[in-house]
Order: sequence, then structure tokens, then C-alpha cells
Amino acid sequence: MEIMMSILIGFLFMAAVYLILSRSLIRIIIGTGLLSHGTHLLLLTMGGLGGKSAPVLADGVTDYADPLPQALILTAIVIAFGVTAFSLVLAYRTYKEVGTDNMELMKGSEDND
Amino acid sequence: MINLLLFPVLIPFLFAAILLFFPKRIKAQRIVTIVGLLAALVSAFTLLFKVKTDGVQTLTLGSWAPPFGITMVSDMFSALLVTSSLIITLFVVWYSFTYIDEAREKSFYYPAILFMLTGVNGAFTTGDIFNLFVFFEVLLMASYVLIVLGGEKTQLKESIKYIIVNIVSSSLFVIAVGYLYSVVGTLNMADISVKLAEHGGVGIVTVIAVLFLIVFGIKGGIFPLYFWLPGSYAAPPVPVLALFGALLTKVGVYAIMRTYTLFFTTDVGFTHELLMILSIITIIVGCIGALAYFDLKQIIIYNIVIAVGVILFGASIMNENGMIGSVFYLIHDILIKGALFLLIGIVIKITGTSNLRKMGGLMKKYPLLAWSYLIAAFGLAGIPPLSGFIGKMLIVQGGFEGELLWQSIFILLSSLIVLLSAIRIFIYAFWGEPKGESSYLDATSYKRLLVPTIALVAVTVFYGVGAEFLVPLMTDASNVLLDPSLYVDAVFEGVK
Repeated sequence: MEIMMSILIGFLFMAAVYLILSRSLIRIIIGTGLLSHGTHLLLLTMGGLGGKSAPVLADGVTDYADPLPQALILTAIVIAFGVTAFSLVLAYRTYKEVGTDNMELMKGSEDND
Repeated sequence: MINLLLFPVLIPFLFAAILLFFPKRIKAQRIVTIVGLLAALVSAFTLLFKVKTDGVQTLTLGSWAPPFGITMVSDMFSALLVTSSLIITLFVVWYSFTYIDEAREKSFYYPAILFMLTGVNGAFTTGDIFNLFVFFEVLLMASYVLIVLGGEKTQLKESIKYIIVNIVSSSLFVIAVGYLYSVVGTLNMADISVKLAEHGGVGIVTVIAVLFLIVFGIKGGIFPLYFWLPGSYAAPPVPVLALFGALLTKVGVYAIMRTYTLFFTTDVGFTHELLMILSIITIIVGCIGALAYFDLKQIIIYNIVIAVGVILFGASIMNENGMIGSVFYLIHDILIKGALFLLIGIVIKITGTSNLRKMGGLMKKYPLLAWSYLIAAFGLAGIPPLSGFIGKMLIVQGGFEGELLWQSIFILLSSLIVLLSAIRIFIYAFWGEPKGESSYLDATSYKRLLVPTIALVAVTVFYGVGAEFLVPLMTDASNVLLDPSLYVDAVFEGVK
């Protein structure tokens, strides 16, 4: 199972890197979204996929999944969500001000090109 | 006062939260910010004395036993860094009162600074690797706000790049933590240190070490990962640039020094050799950049890159002199980069440009500014009584003891180039005939900007002259770095 997950995560990373290297700003942000999906799945996989039941205390259940990676992922998800929301608004604002979403055209500053 | 080591983290956070309630009342914002910073500074100094007298301070939150809860650790290294980051922020905020325009001040400028300080101090104090990631995000998120605040075109373009680079490096950080967790099964830094020492130098540990170097190298701006730094740092206004230049890259450097002395000590032959080679190349590219530009900001920005290389070179030698020198130079660099950015900020305000070719002859009208710039420039290069000397001397001495002849000569040569680049600013901006109408700054604002700047330059001078008093502190700091068992024992005190 871990092997399957590793291949899937590798595929997500590949797609993310391809998208981040593209020119359009929105594609880059989609790429960072895929990248964070990949990292979260990686955390889950690296904690081990053992354990039969959810980590909730209940009578008669002894074989729990590792609760720590789940807490880490939950933290990482909200952080990635905050950062993505910020970058989307920033991309929108940049598009309005600069008038393009092409990263190739966003080089240089006013007094030095 | 068991919670003392949390105060430098919590006080800025508390005051930032208070500031969110009245963004439009600038005067109240300024007063509350200064009060908060002073309170945090007092607590940081108390912490410094406490660490000096009683040794490493630790606190595991919620009274859980150490490997299970989040541990906060304050050794001398982190206490020194916390104190100097508070000092630099205090001066930058004081300077911002005059420098930053009202529209920015009304848009949560001061809360963003305090939140960033929370992240920086938290990253210096934490003893948990995932908590380090969270504090990195706290400081990065606040830095995103600071870099884009104002919304000028250049700022927008550059902050997009800054944010994307940092999102990628944060993802890499989580990946590295995931790998490390699957190898050792713990997140507590002291516990990781113990488990990795038991685990021994198997290939996967070295791979993780290099992955951490990449992650923190992006934050800290080492070769070849510094590419985002010159463009992004030049975009925001000078006080923000001063904070970034003084603090943000140093958090990456701190994280490299911490992980490479605490975790990855089993395969030193490969990892530290790699760190040393990269730091030397970092110095070289920094020197090229510092000489190539005729732009005030870019020259000092490339000097940040050089300093990062010098500090990491000292840390990679792993002997006593090199490590003490590294700690000395790290604190020196936080102070002097802050001072230099504040100085060139005044020059940029006066001339209305950051292009060296368009300015000249400021010496006649602004002698005090010129002389304090000269002192800061000499301090940067490491002229003996000033602050940069002792750190670099110890690093070079450590290099010779470690039989790294050529690398140490590189460090000495880089000092010459640093001096040349800083003096070039002095020659072009302050000597010669006055050019253009240089009256963008009125006399009162000039004085108000000059007072905090000269005060900060004076602090750097004291840091250099009073090196004798600081040696015991620096020795304590490097002892913990060179002997991880001091750190580990302090965390697990009372458990075993």
C-alpha cells in the first residue's frame, strides 16, 4: 500500500513541478496546490498506513492508526489554505495592476530592466 | 518564573493582537508597539541573565513529559539571537515612525512587524521540529504582508516570486519532516538527536540532512538557492528591508546551524564538507554581486549573501574557535545590516534615488550621516576595534586550525571586497560635487531619522569594543552547539 501511495505522491510532485515552471500565474498556483496535496499525503504515508481503526478512544479497540501524522497534516492543511488564499488574492491584484498574468513579462523594475 | 523563556515570543504576539483593534489611530499604534517591544526586550535580557547563571532553560508546554509535548528550549545561542532581534526591531520601528507613510501605518504595518517578530523569536526558541515549521510559517506570512503592503507595481511583481519560492520551500520542509519522522518516529529535537545518534550514519540520514540544507538554504540564501533574494528584498520600503535583511535570512542560518550541530553529526565528512563548499561559493557570488551593482540597495543585499556564507563557513568547521566566531559574526551581522539599511534609507530619502551614479557630495550638507556611514562600513568590513573584527578573526583562526588554508584566505579576501563595495558607496554618494536638487527630505524628518540610526551604529560600536564582556556568553553558546549532550540533558532533565 505504501508503494502505491509513493507512486501517486511522486506523480503529484511531477505535475506540481511542471505547473510551477509554466508561465501563467494561475497555473503556478494550481501547481502549489498539487504540491501541498502531495506533501500532506506524504506525511500520512510516512507515518505508516498500519492500524485498523480511527484514533478515537473506544472500548475494545486496541489497533489504532498513528494519530501524530494526522495532527501534523491538519496543521499543514490550514497553513497551506491560508497561504493559498493570500497568493490567489495577490495574483488577482497583480493581474489588475500589471495587466498580465504572464510571469515572463513580470521582470525588472521601473528604473532597471 | 518557569515561563520566562516564552515571554519574548508571547509579548509581541499579545501586543500585535491588541494593535489589530484600532488600526486608524496611528499615535496609539506607535505607543503600544514601542511599549510592547520594550517589555519584550526587558524579558529577553532577564532570560539572558537567567541562562547565563542557571544554564539551558527548557519548558515542555502543558506539563507533558519531554518527548511527547512541545518543548521550548532557550540556550545561550537562542537567547542571544532573541535579544538581538528585539533590539533591531526596536530601532527599526522607531525609524519607521518617520520613514513609513501614514497609509501604510494605517494598514496594519505595526501588527505585521510584531507578528513577524513572534515567528522569529519562536523559531529561535522552539525545541520541536514541526513547531519550527509552524513558527517559520508565522514569520513568512507576516513577511508576505510586509513585502506587499503599499501595493506598488514592483512590490506586487516581486512578492509573487517571493511567495512562490517560499511555498515551495515550506512544502519541502514538510516533506523533510515527514522523512525524518518515518526514520526516527519523533519530532522533539533533543529526542531526534538521541535517536539519530543510535541510528548511526546510514545513507537515508545523510539524504535527509541534505534535504534540510536545501530547505533552510532557500530561507537563508546560500548558493545556489539565493536567486530570489536580491529582487524580492529590493521591493519593499527600507525599514521593511532592514528587518528582512537583519532577521529573515538569519533564521535560516540559525536553523542550519542547529540541525547540523544537533542532528546530523554522524556523517560529518560528507554533510559538513558540502556545507563548507557551498558557503565558500556563496561568499564568491556575493562578492561578485556586491561589486557589480551601482544600486545602494543591491550592494548591501549582496553583502547579506556574503555574511551568510561567512557564518556558515565558521559553523561547518566544527571546532571551538570557528563556532564562537560564527556566533559572534551572526549577532554582529544582525546589528550591522540593520544599521546599514537604516543609513542608506536616509540617503535614498535625501537624493530620491537609489542609483549611485545620480548622487554625490552629501558630505558637505550631511556630515553626521557621512561619518556614521563610514563607521558602519568599517564595522561591516571588520576593522579591528569595530564589531565585525573579532568574529571573522575567530572564524579564520578556526579555519587555520582545521587546516583549511585556502578557504580561510578566501574569507580574508572577501573582507577586502566587502570594504571596497561599502567604500564605493561612500565615495560616490558622499564625496564629489553635489548633484541635482537634493532636498527631498526636510530638516526635522532628517533629524528624526538620524537619531535611531546613530543609536544603532553606536550599539554596533559597543558590540565591537565590548567584545571582552561578550566572550563568556559566546563561549556558552558555542559549547551547547559543539556538545549536543548539554542540550539533550537539559531537555530530559527530571525524566531519566
